[in-house]
Amino acid sequence: MSLPLFPILGGLLIGTASMGLLLLLGRVAGISGIFWAAITGPDRGWRWLFITGLLLAGLTLHSFDSVPIPDAPAGPIWLAGFAGVLVGVGTRIGSGCTSGHGVCGIGRRSQRSFTATLVFMGTGIAIVYLTRHVLSWLA
Amino acid sequence: MRPFVALSMGFLFGVGLALSGMTDTHKVIGFLDVAGSWDSDLLWVMGSALAVSFGLTPLILKRSAPVFAATFSLPARSDIDTRLVFGAVLFGCGWGLFGYCPGPAIVALPVGDTSTLVFVAGMILGMGLTQLTPPPTAEQAGNQPV
Repeated sequence: MSLPLFPILGGLLIGTASMGLLLLLGRVAGISGIFWAAITGPDRGWRWLFITGLLLAGLTLHSFDSVPIPDAPAGPIWLAGFAGVLVGVGTRIGSGCTSGHGVCGIGRRSQRSFTATLVFMGTGIAIVYLTRHVLSWLA
Repeated sequence: MRPFVALSMGFLFGVGLALSGMTDTHKVIGFLDVAGSWDSDLLWVMGSALAVSFGLTPLILKRSAPVFAATFSLPARSDIDTRLVFGAVLFGCGWGLFGYCPGPAIVALPVGDTSTLVFVAGMILGMGLTQLTPPPTAEQAGNQPV
């Protein structure tokens, strides 16, 4: 089998950006935390710039032929809103998401992050199993 | 220098997400769908990101301070409580239902799909709703969001 070049390269970039933010600004590259504090403060400035960087990346990368524009997500529009609310509530109560817990937290050998990552991955797998294979909904 | 660092690290992070295909909800659902035609890409993305962070974090934290800041701002807590687990369960539900976590949803916003916008609006609403719950205790306040 051939190695998936873009996923590996993308992962290395994500890791490098996270470590760059830690080394240079002393901050954890946890996107849910950065995003919420960009709205509510304190210390909004660098957080808005980080979010702007994310948006600029989406804007430029998907205009290259080799990085196709992703297909529209599957599912009704209310599901997008409902899932968004769950992700918003969950990442605040659980203090982080895939980036903060999954990449940065595990990198710090944080037991909280390791636990959270196992729990949200396990729950995600269970929900997909339930909706696609048990209820055959969204299949 | 700090503004440039924040902007460029955000850009680099977003390039990583877009390049690896993580802005495509079908790919993420495909990874979570272990009983279907499993898509291994997310595992490669996470694995290579972790190889970098697991290797470099201890070396960086040996420094007395970051390059352009006075101190490292890191979460202080180490206990595993019900809030952490309950929050991760809710996040996992939302992630599995639609295929977006916060980073990819933000990077996918400029692509212009309405459902991405609705998801991010829902996310802001959900984050705001948590402000209605009792405020964290003194120890919890030491736990900076990551």
